[in-house]
Amino acid sequence: MYDFNFQSASSIDDAAAKLSAASDGTVMAGGQTLIPVLKQRLANPSDVISLAGAGLSGITNNGDSVTIGATTTHAEVAGSSDVPAALRAVAEGIGDAQVRNRGTIGGSMANNDPAADYPAAALGLGATITTNQRDIAADDFFTGLFDTALNDGEIIKSVTFPNATKAAYAKFPSPASRFALVGVFVAQAADGVRVAVTGATDCAHRGPMLESALSANWSADALDGITIPTDHINADIHGSAEYRAHLVIVMAKRAVAAAG
Amino acid sequence: MAENGIGARVLRKEDNRFLTGKGNYTDDINRPGQTYACLVRSPHAHATINSIDISAAKAAPGVVAVFVGQDLVDDGIGGLVCGMSVAGKGGEVNKAPPRNVLTIDKARFVGDPVAVVIAETLAQAKDGAELVNVDYTELACVVATDGADKAGAPQLHEEVPNNLALDWEFGDSAAVDAAFATAHKVAEIELINNRMVTNPMEPRSAIGEYNSGTDETTLYLTSQNPHVHRLVMSAFMAIAPEHKFRVVAPDVGGGFGSKIFTYNEEAVCAWAAKKINRPVKWTSDRSEAFLCDAHGRDHVTKAEMALDADGKFLAMRVTSYSNMGAYLQLFSVSISTLFHAFLLAGQYTTPAIYIDMKAVMTNTAPVDAARGAGRPEATYLLERLVDVSAGVMDLDPAEIRRRNFIKADQMPYVTPVVHTYDSGDYDASLAKALANSDYDGFAARKAEAEGRGMRRGIGLSAYIEACGVAPSAAVGSLGAGVGLWESAQVRFNPTGSVTVFTGTHSHGQGHETSFAQLITERLGVPIENVEVVHGDTDKGQFGMGTYGSRSLPVGGVAIVNACDKIIAKGKKIAAHTLEAAEDDIEFADGNFTVAGTDKTMNIAEVAFTAYVPHNYPEGVEPGLDEIAFFDPLNFSFPAGAHVCEVEIDPDTGTVEIVRYTAVDDFGTLVNPMIVEGQVHGGLAHGIGQALLEGCVYGDDGQLVTGSFMDYCMPRADNLPSFDVDYSPTVPEHNPLGVKGCGEAGAIAAPPAVINAIVNALGVKHLDMPATPEVVWRAAQAAG
Repeated sequence: MYDFNFQSASSIDDAAAKLSAASDGTVMAGGQTLIPVLKQRLANPSDVISLAGAGLSGITNNGDSVTIGATTTHAEVAGSSDVPAALRAVAEGIGDAQVRNRGTIGGSMANNDPAADYPAAALGLGATITTNQRDIAADDFFTGLFDTALNDGEIIKSVTFPNATKAAYAKFPSPASRFALVGVFVAQAADGVRVAVTGATDCAHRGPMLESALSANWSADALDGITIPTDHINADIHGSAEYRAHLVIVMAKRAVAAAG
Repeated sequence: MAENGIGARVLRKEDNRFLTGKGNYTDDINRPGQTYACLVRSPHAHATINSIDISAAKAAPGVVAVFVGQDLVDDGIGGLVCGMSVAGKGGEVNKAPPRNVLTIDKARFVGDPVAVVIAETLAQAKDGAELVNVDYTELACVVATDGADKAGAPQLHEEVPNNLALDWEFGDSAAVDAAFATAHKVAEIELINNRMVTNPMEPRSAIGEYNSGTDETTLYLTSQNPHVHRLVMSAFMAIAPEHKFRVVAPDVGGGFGSKIFTYNEEAVCAWAAKKINRPVKWTSDRSEAFLCDAHGRDHVTKAEMALDADGKFLAMRVTSYSNMGAYLQLFSVSISTLFHAFLLAGQYTTPAIYIDMKAVMTNTAPVDAARGAGRPEATYLLERLVDVSAGVMDLDPAEIRRRNFIKADQMPYVTPVVHTYDSGDYDASLAKALANSDYDGFAARKAEAEGRGMRRGIGLSAYIEACGVAPSAAVGSLGAGVGLWESAQVRFNPTGSVTVFTGTHSHGQGHETSFAQLITERLGVPIENVEVVHGDTDKGQFGMGTYGSRSLPVGGVAIVNACDKIIAKGKKIAAHTLEAAEDDIEFADGNFTVAGTDKTMNIAEVAFTAYVPHNYPEGVEPGLDEIAFFDPLNFSFPAGAHVCEVEIDPDTGTVEIVRYTAVDDFGTLVNPMIVEGQVHGGLAHGIGQALLEGCVYGDDGQLVTGSFMDYCMPRADNLPSFDVDYSPTVPEHNPLGVKGCGEAGAIAAPPAVINAIVNALGVKHLDMPATPEVVWRAAQAAG
């Protein structure tokens, strides 16, 4: 780890101010990605600005949607009766107990790891990401490998998930990392059937072929015979593109079955 | 049985400190004036070192010193050595290319240390290391186990033409060829024994310290064998003379073989401490451990079995490569040859066996002994080949094993591959394993699983290993540089408590408890009055350390032999005090008694008398403190039968081990609870190899599995609740009746798991690790 200045932000505006004043600063929510990166000397920020004291944690459900503050931990989401079951299950399946007690929803969304679970849930439920500057639809938020629509200095405040009629997430974990080799979130949402896939490509994305099949017939059988093209599918020692593409269908079917 | 003696499930004495955070590991130790070392490591798999510019690093804040390989050479420090020499074809001994502590001419694997930066803080050492400018010319590299000796392959060492460290054969090839020529059927298999990283929970660490007043060097380090470290570093490397060199291996958090060997970083810390006259500490981070700890296994093998019409094994032929990595470590060439080939008879009467083994060098981390060390590789190829043979003969896997077992009444049994098994009843252990696993009920369970869309399979493994290493004359004749006896000292303190010094080393095995149980059993001393001391060359006399499941079969016997000397002397003292003839003194349960009388004297009283000898037998030395050395007469031969049952999800290839049954013959169990723990750990290791763990290098020599994000260690939810049972026999050659248990699970499990998977899928073979994709593809192909 290289030396850096550690600062604690008292609010999201304070965090933004500290960030803009730093020469090469970064904000930290739960630190579950940033700290390992720092320890390996793969990043060298001038300032690390902690959001822990910025008052961004908390869960509110207004009956139509649930809004989760950016620094709410995975464990808090998993344990909240205000959170719909499918979303609780996503949080419950992230990492291990230590990660869930430190990692946050805002950190996960902003990091946009290609194998992260929350981006699939956000896309699958048509969530809205609220920042210190604006609201961003999940469909517009995840733009590429570790890349999002966030501008420099823009910080996530909360994520709002509208209710869905039916929803479920099925994840095939990589045996080693337990990140999603492939994860599929399916939902009958307010705007129709949504299917979101994580782990398979450079970042979470919607699955239009699967959505149209399930729109016509909401059943696992409706996905029989669909072949996912392998062009942009990830491949590594844990899974070839062909295997991952196959798992997309298997996990989608399991998610539909689980959603009921 | 004495209370808390042999056979008692005594809770581990050492766990109080481990479970309350009071363990004392090397990295917990800090010495006054301590500095920190950071190694500069090659980022290239193979590269010529043109120059090393250390000027910027030397000038960096906090940097105390920067050294390169030539600095050690100039000081007369020798390189790392291979402690075994094995004669290959034509009597040609294995090549042993020199290895400088810090490489000078070339880097030969990613992580090869090139320089060291020593600074006031670890961060400053790391900062300094980034400033060392090494000018490399990258060279083509070779990583493939079965490609290193091919024409045109990049050459690692001038001394090793064609990267062939050893071209070795063993066995009667003419007899084997003749048997194959007339065989009823031949079974064959090609398989890979996957490379593993042992990953002890505690990474390696070392602290060198030099006392200029006494000219003594102390090295604290993570070692399974501190005396061997001292011997090698003194005799071959000239780090310090043996009598001025103390090596301390305090609490050590797991070894699995990887902490046997002498490593570069340890030598650097010990040498540099004198050079700068300040303590020097180095602690591996996990990334360094993946890169630089000795790896294990890594064979590419073809095996064939000749069978007669009854399914009897007539002959076996093995043609194999083993990967040594970039340099030979302490045992290296012996593991894939001697410790491998001599177990190829397994539990069977196969009369003729021939093996051709080529040990090759590649641009990868060195490979050496890892839990089982050669025996897992032998067991895996043999037990896979036996299952393939069963398929060829259309026999049940259990039946073909029974037809070929060495029978209990054939013991002692001389195999065609050196070993003489002294005990074992393989029919009995298999029968018990089949009963415990409800082998006969498998068909119904398979049918039920199929109804749920799952494929269910069952697999056997009938393994044997050679433990209790080892008779010194035998290993000497095979090329070992040392003897492999063990020593013990049993010292009564004047107040009747006992301190036991052992040359073995506990790094998870629970010696402080099971060795104390031996004292309780033999001398009748309450277990809480026994302290076991190990791991410090200044405290115990010489010993060979812990590996090869030798601590109890060899070190334990040394302890009880010392106890017998204590008893013999105690009888003289008791006879004098009790005014009886020595021959009339009987010893039992801690008391010396005049036979047929109630005149008795507890051993604590005898000890007090020995140290306060006011009324004492003439000609007897004061004190009660005895040393014994034990050189075993033979290896010990733990064996057993394991049954693995799996359920496979054909849609994803996920394998779940739904049932695992182990029946082992470890002889006498001193502490059954500790044995169960060893079996459980070994099984986790073996199942990890079968399903999860695989060390992967890219063709460019970069380590792909460089962290736990990619290298999959077994976790609790990968494993079932194990069914562990025993089928003991009495080893003729071991005075304690023990055989060793630390490696059995890692040896037995891989073939049991793979046999179960191929049984479930109806395929001939798939390679380890049987990851979901590997299994899914096999399931797809099988239909």
